[in-house]
Amino acid sequence: MHELSICHSLLDRACTVASEHSAQRILAITVRIGPLSGVEPQLLAQAFPMASAGTAAEAASLVIETLPVRLLCEKCGAESEALPNRLLCARCGDHRTRITSGDELLMTSVKLETA
Amino acid sequence: MCDTCGCTLTPGNAHLVRAAPTTIPVLENLLRANNDQAAHNRVHFEAHGVLTLNFMSSPGAGKTLLLEATIAALKHEFRFLVIEGDLETENDAARIRRHGVPAIQITTGSACHLDAHLVHRALHQVDLRDVDVVLIENVGNLVCPASFDLGQHHHVALLSTTEGDDKPAKYPVLFRAADVVLLTKTDLLPVLDDFDAARAELYLRALASEAPLLALSAKRNLGLEAWFDWLRARHAAVQDRRRKFRPLPATHRVLD
Repeated sequence: MHELSICHSLLDRACTVASEHSAQRILAITVRIGPLSGVEPQLLAQAFPMASAGTAAEAASLVIETLPVRLLCEKCGAESEALPNRLLCARCGDHRTRITSGDELLMTSVKLETA
Repeated sequence: MCDTCGCTLTPGNAHLVRAAPTTIPVLENLLRANNDQAAHNRVHFEAHGVLTLNFMSSPGAGKTLLLEATIAALKHEFRFLVIEGDLETENDAARIRRHGVPAIQITTGSACHLDAHLVHRALHQVDLRDVDVVLIENVGNLVCPASFDLGQHHHVALLSTTEGDDKPAKYPVLFRAADVVLLTKTDLLPVLDDFDAARAELYLRALASEAPLLALSAKRNLGLEAWFDWLRARHAAVQDRRRKFRPLPATHRVLD
């Protein structure tokens, strides 16, 4: 269950952003997590209240955006949606694909209460 | 409420007026602190021309035995350092030390993976000038270790024949990250009629992975030469980079 340590690192950064903007409270944190990031959104959501207790994000909501796995085929140029364990081009079946979405593990924004 | 003087402001509703929410765009990796530390570790390894490999697998896939066989065969060729990650005990480090090779045991307690900070702390116990190859044996786990960059050059994933051949399909994040996949305990294949090595490879290729899949048995000394050659080639590549790109002397460094 590495989601708890990821949560700590997320809160650490969010609290730094809050103090840089002289905010007392964090209202919401938005993250973007792909199926290939190795992080389970549901476990992250469960870990969040535990990890945020006593921080500026204590009352914040965690907004999790998930994107589908999408590939760009380097052989035929097609863009297609894929399953995390089948990363082959949906059109020509080639394995030379590049992931265009689905592996992200990002904090995208922090919503702050500024006095 | 009165817009002119705010005459209906009370302690109960004042925050609605004063505290306007602001959304700050951030867009950074959630594991930034770990990734920064991993980059720092990587600079150390590169500067010393040290090849670093991160071994990941389920518990019991044969990581420690593979390290022992590798050390026994190559210890006159390379100076090894082993970093062992386990929840508890020094047992694995003790097995390595019996081969006359230094081993640092990291006990993670309840943590299910190694991270770049733990590896960095371990590195402070050694002088990298005395080392050619660092072998990091991660905690036996096919989920969490894949998310944490340690600063290694390559990920080595082990898949043992006593597990299902569909493990790459079940744990795509880890197997997709592997630079080489070692099929271990192949001496047992004659008695394990439900493990199909060709099917394991199909599942691996479905992850768009071009990583070599090497079949071996560390216990019976089968197929190890191809693995040793892979390791030798990776070490030569690190040495080659070091010859071409020499780091600036400390006095010229801007960032440190």
